[in-house]
Parts: sequence; structure tokens; C-alpha cells
Amino acid sequence: MNAIILSAIWGVVMMLGGVFIKNKLVPKYLAVIGLVVIFVAHLNELISKKSLFSINVHNMIRIDNFNLTFIAIVLACTLIYFLLSASDIEKVGPHVSEYFALIFFVLCGISLAATFNTLLLLFIGIEIISIPLYILTGSDKRNLKSNEAALKYFLMGAFSTGIMLMGIAFIYGGTPNASFFIDNFQLGTGKMPVMIAIGLVFLLISLSFKVSAAPFHFWTPDVYDGAPTVFTSFMSTIVKVGGFFAFIRLFQNAFGLIQDQWQLLIVFITIATLLIGNITAVFQQSVKRMLAYSSIAQAGFMLLALFALNDKAKEGILLYAAAYSLATIGFFAILIKIEDYTIDGFNGLAKEQPMVAFAATVFLLSLTGVPLTAGFQSKFFMLMAAVENGKQFWIVIVAVLFAAISAYYYFRIIQAMYFKEATNVIFQSNKPSRFFKSILILTLILIIVIGVYPEVLIGWMYR
Amino acid sequence: MGSYITFPELLILLPLFAGVVTFFVRSEKNPKAIALISSLMVLGISIVSLFYADNTKYLTYNNANYIWLKYLGASYYVGLDGMGRMLTGLTAVSFPLIFIATYKNKFKNAATFYGLMLLSQAGLMGVFCAFDALTFYFFWELALIPVYFLCSIWGGERRIQSTFKFFVYTFVGSLLMLVGIIYVYLHTDARVFEDGTVATHSFSLASFYHVMLSAGEQQWLFVLFFVAFAIKMPIFPFHTWQPDVYDQSPTPVTMVMSGIMVKMGLFGIIRWLIPVLPLAVQHYKSIVIILSIIGIIYASCIAMLQDNVKRLVAYSSIAHIGLMCAAIFAMNQISVQGVMLQMFNHGINIIGLWIVIELIERQTGIKNISEMGGLAQKAPALTILLVIVALANIALPLTNAFPGEFMMLSGLYKAKIWYAVAASVGVILSAVYTLNMIQKIFYGNTNTVTSTVKEISWNERLALIMIVCFIFFIGVYPQPIIDLTKASATYLLTSFK
Repeated sequence: MNAIILSAIWGVVMMLGGVFIKNKLVPKYLAVIGLVVIFVAHLNELISKKSLFSINVHNMIRIDNFNLTFIAIVLACTLIYFLLSASDIEKVGPHVSEYFALIFFVLCGISLAATFNTLLLLFIGIEIISIPLYILTGSDKRNLKSNEAALKYFLMGAFSTGIMLMGIAFIYGGTPNASFFIDNFQLGTGKMPVMIAIGLVFLLISLSFKVSAAPFHFWTPDVYDGAPTVFTSFMSTIVKVGGFFAFIRLFQNAFGLIQDQWQLLIVFITIATLLIGNITAVFQQSVKRMLAYSSIAQAGFMLLALFALNDKAKEGILLYAAAYSLATIGFFAILIKIEDYTIDGFNGLAKEQPMVAFAATVFLLSLTGVPLTAGFQSKFFMLMAAVENGKQFWIVIVAVLFAAISAYYYFRIIQAMYFKEATNVIFQSNKPSRFFKSILILTLILIIVIGVYPEVLIGWMYR
Repeated sequence: MGSYITFPELLILLPLFAGVVTFFVRSEKNPKAIALISSLMVLGISIVSLFYADNTKYLTYNNANYIWLKYLGASYYVGLDGMGRMLTGLTAVSFPLIFIATYKNKFKNAATFYGLMLLSQAGLMGVFCAFDALTFYFFWELALIPVYFLCSIWGGERRIQSTFKFFVYTFVGSLLMLVGIIYVYLHTDARVFEDGTVATHSFSLASFYHVMLSAGEQQWLFVLFFVAFAIKMPIFPFHTWQPDVYDQSPTPVTMVMSGIMVKMGLFGIIRWLIPVLPLAVQHYKSIVIILSIIGIIYASCIAMLQDNVKRLVAYSSIAHIGLMCAAIFAMNQISVQGVMLQMFNHGINIIGLWIVIELIERQTGIKNISEMGGLAQKAPALTILLVIVALANIALPLTNAFPGEFMMLSGLYKAKIWYAVAASVGVILSAVYTLNMIQKIFYGNTNTVTSTVKEISWNERLALIMIVCFIFFIGVYPQPIIDLTKASATYLLTSFK
């Protein structure tokens, strides 16, 4: 509750602050302070179970340890994102405080989408996430690619929103008691009625679109590539896991009992996502575009949670949210500073900036899923969840084979950094500062701590 | 659990700590010294631990068990038993040998190089000590990553591709093994920790041994585990990464890989595969033996035709490992004991071979046998030492490999006569290519390249003499190692029945 309300309030404050504060440097500090306040307030709620606000939400929002932990992860990752990349957000354009305001609105949307208990709030949450993103994608106004990406994203997003609304309408009509409340559908375990089936498929399609699962991923590479890199970092990590969390909560709470009737669809989507994400990523020359495809590939792994829908899957999605976001945010933060976005742009980084190269290596190893990193634990829990589910065992084998393929494109960057000589200037104007490096080290330590002892995160679920 | 630190922890933590420290040393000389001192300390600890080998009396010195992931039932559980003690002993002996033999080599970024070497030592120690599946898996990968960087940074000109091939092979293998571990884990019983927490399943080795799986499940699980171990050993047809990597890696790393890392696969089979999936072993054992024998003969034939001396040794190693793998699956006391003995011997001998080859390559800059000749006139001491090591590689009586290979072959003979006959062909072929190599490198006339070769320096001489001592000592009196590993072999066979 704290996170939803405070982030909305702070978003408004930042936006109005933009009118009065002309100094470009202030919004950054304002945003970090605001986020720290929200984070602390949220931790307080997580520990004491009491919100600062007592609002009667008529059961439209459900708050439990699971989603509180998730929001805490999202806030922490955003904080790290701000610390690493706030100075790059300043460079995107003149409306600095608006960018931060939009990010706060997205956080509000994610918190809402993580705690919804009715389809209406799910819809509102997803829309609050999406609309600021359309603006952020196009925030580099003079850049044609950014404009194209924003328009594409907006059109496709609007389309999927329509499908989602239609799905909600079908489900509302199909449930015995005409309800929006997801724990009150009373579907039973029998064969689902046609209306529900149509509604379910529509919801599946629209949410797959939001988390860029194949075959609804076509917008992703262009949008991620066209958007300013700092915002790509935010979109492909925090926003994506937020979407996933809503996806999983919806299907677990609303349709968990009839899982065997739609599980095969998830199998299809998972395999397609893994296949397209991994295979296409192999052929990319631009690191930014490669990361866009790798984010699709990682989404394939996260879909395993949706396939499994058990306790391990819940733990897995928390770990995945943290591991994937931390590593990708960290890596993007480095990428932003690099002059040349092709893989050759990384040549010789280890010699010029050994610390930065080491951090990048750990991030990439974590994305690959090598033990001792958080990425391993997240993949490990996902695989465990899928095996425990017991059905369609082969999907696990397929998933690990694709994980091995992912090593190919992540390691290309490691090879460039360590085993090749620098051909041209790596950092032009944007040399990593001492502060930046120390935050990178903090991120790296977090990744290793989670990798060695994942219960620091999932322990919160069982308090 | 006592308040003191135990042997396995020391064996793992000391190199780990020394490795991390080494990274931050800013000089060329010091890392080398730190690495040597730490590896000698590890050797000392390993020797001391032999006096406490009796697990009935000194269990608390040899086992450390800490709760790691409560909800999952995983613990950080390391311990030493007979086989573990033998293999950690091999690791402890090999690293000082490697560091001494290459003491005069210059590596750029010495701090990183020696740091990574020590980290890989820690990983290897962990693999051989782990009594918990998750701990095992962690160390299994921890041993791989430093080696990947070592080969890719300091290797030959085609290092990046060949090392990456190696990495992908082993990564696929270990991920498949991970799936297998998860599946077995989900069928284990609940685990109750000392502090009263109960986890629904358990990763401990003991509960893996107790798990009941149907024959069908075991059969495909066997494939998942076996592929991982087969890639690591490697045995035919999973061996294609190996010659390239041995050829391209810097010699100290090649020594680590061929001397110790290949043992991880054999060790994995003995500790984690056969007792966990006995029914599947029954089902697959003849297939594995036949594959291994094909590998022995195939690798020996290629070795005979090789001109590149590094690749020759690589193929010879494939043949030797194939024999060990076949002997494990022959499944009788004498063959398994032979494997235990031979694991140690093979590690020592092959390091000796690499020392000599590296020396020749460094002095002459060539790897091809056909371009060499007449080295015996220039370096008589080197020749004598190499000939002894090479004879051990052929398993001549009085050398250490003889009792090992004899036991393995007689074990195979017990299983089926023609297994032993076919495997013996490999032994004969190994004599052909090894003697051929010696003849062409050391005898005959010198040419323009080889006439400049100097005699070996003190450090290489020291390392080789130590190896030769091992060769003769174990060749004459292999009993200590046989006694040490007897319990492990017996346990393996009882669990199988």
C-alpha cells in the first residue's frame, strides 16, 4: 500500500517540481531521496505488516508477503538503476524531472499490478505501467529511431490493451457470478466454459505481449533498440518482471485449478520464446539489440514459472526478478557509457578499466546462469519448479539446452573484453566515475550474495 | 561438529584465500611465490590428513557440515573418505609440481594467472570433498570458470575458439547433470537438520544413495549424468574438444586439466552415478565399456599418426582414461581398485610428460615430432627422465602404471575375456606411439633447430625427479594407495549389489 500511494505522490511532486526547479542537477537527487523514502516505508510495511495509510480497498487489493517481497525487489533494483544511471537520464533531453516522474508512475503501476485482486485493477496497473513507457521510449525527440519506436510501441500496446479488455469482458460474462474478483471466479475444476476459454486466451495473448513472449515479441527488438539506452535498461528489466509478476499472479489465483487445460499453451509459448530469443540473439552484431533478444530469451525462462505454478515457481520468480534485473541494469549502465554499441566496442575493456570489465563479466556470467551468481539460483529454482510440476519433463531439457546456447552470445562480450585488443577509444566523454564503480561493485556483491545464499530473498516469503 | 576447522575445509579454503589475495598483488615475482607457498602448505595439510585417515576414530576432523539452504535441504557438507583423500592428495601433489616446473616461465599479469590457478585448485578440492549434491555442483563449475579464463587469456593463437568449444561442451554437460540432480532430489526423503528444521527433500549424498527410482527413470537419468561426466573425462564420442584445448592452453593449465580435471569425470561416476542409479548401470554397463574400448583403440590409432606432440599426448590421455572408464564399469573389486590406483598414477605421469614437452617447445618453438631429433646428445639428463616417464606411460613393470593397468585389465578379463583382449591392444599401441615419439625426438641426428637446446634447469629437474620417485615408489609398492581407497571400492560394489 505504501509503495502504491507514495510513488504516485512522488511522481506528482517530481512533475510539478519540474515547473519550479530550473536547475538540471536537482531532479536526480530529488528522485533518489524520494525512492529511498518509498523503499524504507515499504520495508517498514513488509516487516511490521502495517501500512501508513488505512484505506478500505474493498478487497480489490491483496497484500501478502509474496507481493510485498516482490515490490521490495523492484524498488531496490530501481534504486540501483537510479544510482548507476541517473546522470545518463539527465543527458537524454531537457525535461529531466519529467523522466523521473514517469518512472515513479511506472513504479506505482507495477505495485498495483503486483497486488491486484480484481481484473479491473490489473488493467489499470498494466496501463499505468505502459503509458509512461510510450513517452519514455520517444523521449529522444530529435532521433527518428526513437520516434519510430515510440509510435510502434504505442500502436502495438494499444492493440494489446484492447485485447486485454475484451478478455476481461469475456471472463466477466463467463463466470457464474459475474465477478471481477480473481479469487471469486468459482470456476471449479471441470472443463471451462467457452466464454472463459476465450477470455483466458485473450488475457494470455495480451500479457504475453506485455512481457514480450513469442510469438508476440515482434515489437521488442525495435522498441528496445530505438529507445534511449537508459530507458531500455529500465523497460527490459524492472517493467518486464513487473509484467511477469502480474501474469503469474493472475493465472495462479484465477486459473490455477484448471491449469491442465491451458498448460499446453504455455509450453508452446515457452519453447517459442526460448527458441526465437536465443537463436536470434546469436546473430546480433549490436550489443543493445542482442540484449533485447536476450531479454526475450530470459522471458522464456521466466515463463517456466507460469508453466509450473508451485511454491518453487514463486520463489523462482522472486529470484529471477532480482537476478535478471540487477545483472541487466548493471550491464546496461556500462553499455551506456561505451561509445560503440557493436561487440567490437568492448574490445580491450579489461585493460583500460579492469574493475568495470570484471563487473560486466560477473553480470554476464549471472545472465548465463553460472553458479555463485544470482542468475544460477534463479534458473535453478525455475528448473526445480518445472521438474516438480511433473508434466512435460522434456521442457526442462529444452530449457537447459537453450541456456547453453545463451552462453554463446554472452561470452562473445567477455571474449571481446578480455581476449582482444582495443581498436579505438572505448569511452569518449563518458568515463566511469569513482561513484559509478562503487555502485557497480555493490551490485556485483548483491549478485554474489544472492547466488550463494538465495534465502536472503526468498526467506521474506515465509516470515 | 567441533569448533575447530577440519581438513577438507582447510584444503578448500586455503587455496581459495590465497587465490583471492594473489589477485591484489602488484608485482611480477610475488604471485608466483604466494602460489608456490600456498600449494606447498596445502600439500602439507594433505599429508598430515593422511595420519587421521581412520574415519572411525577421527570423523570430526574429516567432516564439516553446515546448513546452507534451509528450505531446500542443502548443506555445505564436505568430507574426506578414502577416494577423496587420494584425489585431494593428487591435487595437492600436482600443484606444487606444476608451479615448480614452470617457475621460470613468465606470464604477463602474473597476479591474475596465479590467482586463477589457485581458484581452480580450490574448485577441484571442493569437487573431491563434496558430500552434498548442490555443493558438488557449485565446485564442479567453480573449477571450470578459472580454467576457461586461463586458457583463453594465456593460450595459443587459436585459443578463443577451442576454449569456448570446451566451455560449451562442459556447460551443456553440467546443465544436463543439474536437471538430473534436481530430479533425483525431488524424490529424496525429508531432511531433518541438527537445529530441528525440516526440509521436504534433501541434497545430501546419503539421501541420494537411498532414493528409490524405477528402472525406467534411472535409465534416462543415467544419460543425463553420464553425458556430463563423459564430456569431462572425456571418452569417445565426447572427446572432440580435448586435443584442441590441450594444444592451445598454456602448459600449467594443460597439466591441471589432463592431470586432475579429467579425474573429476571418473570421480563423478564412482561417487555420484553408480551408487545412485544402480539399475541403470546394470542396463548400460556393456554399452559404456564398448564405447570406452572403441575410444581406446581409436585414440591410440590417431595418436600413432600424430605429428604434433601435444596432440599425441592428448590422444594418449583419451586412451588411458577410456581404459579407466571401462574398468569402472567392469564392476569388480580388482578393476575398481585398479582405477583408484591408476587415477593417481595417470595424474603424476602426464604432468611429467607435459613438463618435458613444454620444455622442448619453449626452447625450439616447434611442436612437430618430425622436425626434431638428437636431443639426447644435447640434454642427457632430460632424456633419462623422459624415458622413465614415457615407460610409465606404457605401463612397464616397475613403473607405477603397471600395477594399475594390470589390475584394470584383469578386472576386465573377469567381466568378459574379449574386453580385456581389446583393451590390451590399446596398451600395445601406446607402446608403439610413445616409443616412436621418444625415438624421433631424442635420438638420431640433431638439426638446426634442436642443436641449440640446453640442458634442463634446476626447477624442472627437481619436478621431474620427484615424479620419477613417485613412479618407482608406487611401481614397487602400490599398497598404501590400494589400502587407502579399498573401503571406497568395496562400498561402491556393495551398493551396486
